[in-house]
Amino acid sequence: MTETAPFFSDADLAGDFYTRRFQPGPSENTLILNMGPQHPSTHGVLRIVLEVDGEYIVRAEPVLGYLHRMHERMAEEKTYLQYLPNMGRVDYLHALAWNWAFVGAVERLAGIEVPERAEYIRVITTELNRVASHLVWWGAYLLDLGAFTPILYAFEDREWILDLLQTPTGARLTYSYFRPGGVAADIDKEFLKGAKDFAVHMRDRLKMYKDLVTDNIIFRKRLEGIGPISLDMCRRYGATGPVVRGSGLAYDVRRAEPYSVYDRFEFEIPTTGSGDAMGRYRVRMEELEQSLRIIEQAVDSIPEGEIRVKGAPKVKWKAPAGEAYFAVEGGRGKIGVHLVSDGSNRPYRCKLRAPGFSNMSLFGEIARGILLADAVAILGSLDLVIPEMDR
Amino acid sequence: MGSFSIPVELIRIVVGVVAIAAFVALNAIILVYLERKVAGHIQRRPGPFEVGPHGILQTVADALKLVGKQLIKPAGADAFLFWLAPVLGFLPIFLFFLPMPFGPVLTTLEVPLGLLLILAFAGLNVLAICIAGWGSNNKWSLLGAARGVAQSVAYEIPLLLALLAVVFMKGSMNLSKIIDSQGAWPWQWNIVLQPLAFLIYFICAIAETNRAPFDLPEAESELTAGFHTEYSGMGFGLFFLAEYANMVVVCAVATTVFLGGWKGPFFSGSWWFLAKVYLLLMLMFWPRWTYPRVRFDQLLNFNWKWLMPLALANLLVTAFIMKVG
Amino acid sequence: MDLGELDARKGFFKETLAGLWSLVVGLKVTGKYFFRPQITVHYPRRTVDNIPSFRGPIELISREEDPAKPKCGACSMCVSACPSGCFTVTKKRPPAPTPEEIAEQKEKEARGEKVKKKAAPKEPERFLYDYSLCSLCGTCVEACPSGALRFSASPYRAAFDRKELVFDLLADLAERAREDRNPPGTGKTTE
Repeated sequence: MTETAPFFSDADLAGDFYTRRFQPGPSENTLILNMGPQHPSTHGVLRIVLEVDGEYIVRAEPVLGYLHRMHERMAEEKTYLQYLPNMGRVDYLHALAWNWAFVGAVERLAGIEVPERAEYIRVITTELNRVASHLVWWGAYLLDLGAFTPILYAFEDREWILDLLQTPTGARLTYSYFRPGGVAADIDKEFLKGAKDFAVHMRDRLKMYKDLVTDNIIFRKRLEGIGPISLDMCRRYGATGPVVRGSGLAYDVRRAEPYSVYDRFEFEIPTTGSGDAMGRYRVRMEELEQSLRIIEQAVDSIPEGEIRVKGAPKVKWKAPAGEAYFAVEGGRGKIGVHLVSDGSNRPYRCKLRAPGFSNMSLFGEIARGILLADAVAILGSLDLVIPEMDR
Repeated sequence: MGSFSIPVELIRIVVGVVAIAAFVALNAIILVYLERKVAGHIQRRPGPFEVGPHGILQTVADALKLVGKQLIKPAGADAFLFWLAPVLGFLPIFLFFLPMPFGPVLTTLEVPLGLLLILAFAGLNVLAICIAGWGSNNKWSLLGAARGVAQSVAYEIPLLLALLAVVFMKGSMNLSKIIDSQGAWPWQWNIVLQPLAFLIYFICAIAETNRAPFDLPEAESELTAGFHTEYSGMGFGLFFLAEYANMVVVCAVATTVFLGGWKGPFFSGSWWFLAKVYLLLMLMFWPRWTYPRVRFDQLLNFNWKWLMPLALANLLVTAFIMKVG
Repeated sequence: MDLGELDARKGFFKETLAGLWSLVVGLKVTGKYFFRPQITVHYPRRTVDNIPSFRGPIELISREEDPAKPKCGACSMCVSACPSGCFTVTKKRPPAPTPEEIAEQKEKEARGEKVKKKAAPKEPERFLYDYSLCSLCGTCVEACPSGALRFSASPYRAAFDRKELVFDLLADLAERAREDRNPPGTGKTTE
């Protein structure tokens, strides 16, 4: 069936697929299906228009914009400090990475030094948040594949992280914790102990995850060889994060463009050459382990001192004119914030580079000729967070 | 004595059907509650807890809510087929239970070909799914229906072959006779002689009743809700009821054919039958809350490349031993 | 670090057996957790124990000497700092002059002297806070020069109507003072 399904050249995919101008393909037996924006597996409001022949997808086109909130435009109307809460809402799963990307851009723009303790706090909390983000992905992915229980086990562990992060940040999901020149609140001994205990606990749980899911024959058969993404495709679409690492390139912003104190910690960048959904799955599972390693090292070596530099930006702070770009490694890939300042107290332009958008753009190309069930498996393996893609 | 007398058989059937209706409804309520409790405890949460002590009345409340809900027919749906499907899915349930020996004398209708009756009407469920998917005027429903038909047709064959192995041994399709031929103690049950047939039957039964990991016709993360996407209120309720009743049926057949029916060590009787059925039902719940869903082509591959040859080989070996031994 | 192949098992039967065994292992895991104690919190009967660290709606901090009076100097920094425009703060007007004072003023004016009006007290007249707009970012708490704002720890501020979510913080403060659950200067702030 896969071979006989009519394929389309790339030129055919260029048209506006979902409006009235759509021309039916050469086969008359195809069906136009709307997957989303209310479909359970599109994680929110992603809409994918599918042309299917039976259960085989002839072509697929993602339709975005159902969760567009004009974050970039909002930046031009708010002062630098006022824009901070927006960052927690761009990607609600890895909010602290977005916090960091924006705060980092402001610091680079104004040349603000960050105290060492604040850098360590940022590393610990962001890595904890990354673990939480991956846990949600893990649970939701298994839910997509039809297993109900793993998401509740994952949330059991995630709850531990949320309780920990609640102490310094005061929030459980949409954190607004980093400030230009430091962080908002200090962490205490209890937090550090909790983070270490969590790392030990999580290692134990990872073994259980492996028994319950990774080794499961049904799960492996669903993932192995599904949705292979070549490095060339990653390059063309600008895919980053676990997607490109799953295709064999060890690209991680924490190593490629070292920021903060990441160069002081030992951690590996997991890669697999397979490029399929299983490869991406295994890369993320290994990243959990590596994040735990970073947390443990940072907790052991965190120095005492200030958490916010003297003379950090206040409400009516004016940024020097100029521009700055700052990139961090988020749970889904490279998060970049490009700030242009005209010297006023508001950014002249703020460009947010969301990894989810590039990673999702791949889908139209790899979805051709696969089964509907595989489309769900591939979408899940890309770890899409719709608010981040639409911004 | 008048010239007109009601035959005893008829009274027996009427009473039986009423009892079956009560049994099916009660079972569904208990099973839904049990399943939610099992799922809850596996996932380290309490499950239903608020309505009644330990949430025991939760399913009653849910059933009342379903009854009270508005029935909505989507625009463009074929009204006749759309409403026929849930009824067609539910009605055969009564036929399944007619020849079922619940106890030494608790059989509504003694049929020499009881097993065949059940297997024959099991096919009606497929028709209901097919009609529901077609009549809904929904593309996802249609895909679900297509899946359901292919799946049920495929899995019925090894299911039949597995049961046939036991029928070969006992030389009867009468369920009561099959129970009579088994003893009270576990080692006198057919499962000891036919372990492979039991395993094949149980896997096929899970697939036949569209339970996870074989719940492809309704795969909620792929097809939203498959063939019953568009059903509301009791339209959905009847499908739901039929699903749980079907589970009881396949487990009851397994109990009768493989596990000695109502016979058991000490105090043989209906309670043994019920206990065994519920044990099997628990075994059906367990994988649902553990495994991911299989893919459609894998499901059919597994059937045609594994279950079918195994069931056939099992049947051949059984026939050979019966003939030679 | 290349993760390599996922434990590639060679041989048809070995692979099949390993696959079947993995299914049993999965059942063992869920079976084990079935008998473990539950970890959810039965909400109305029990609550979680880390509510104090939650950053709830903003509230005013009272002065040391008078628990019913806020530290707030009505400078409106919070109003300009807030990204969502949650606050409506009006300053107290200067007290109305007494008849003698008016007479005195008129006298002064007649003499051609400079009239000095009474300064308005640095206190808010009205302090409204629209919780439905607030994103609990804490910019106001950091911006406040007199340290008069803090996060409350209360997670129970749900309402049926959006209008009910406009809190009068001065009335809140007075009520807390009346009920004597307003020890001055306590509670969580981000600083």
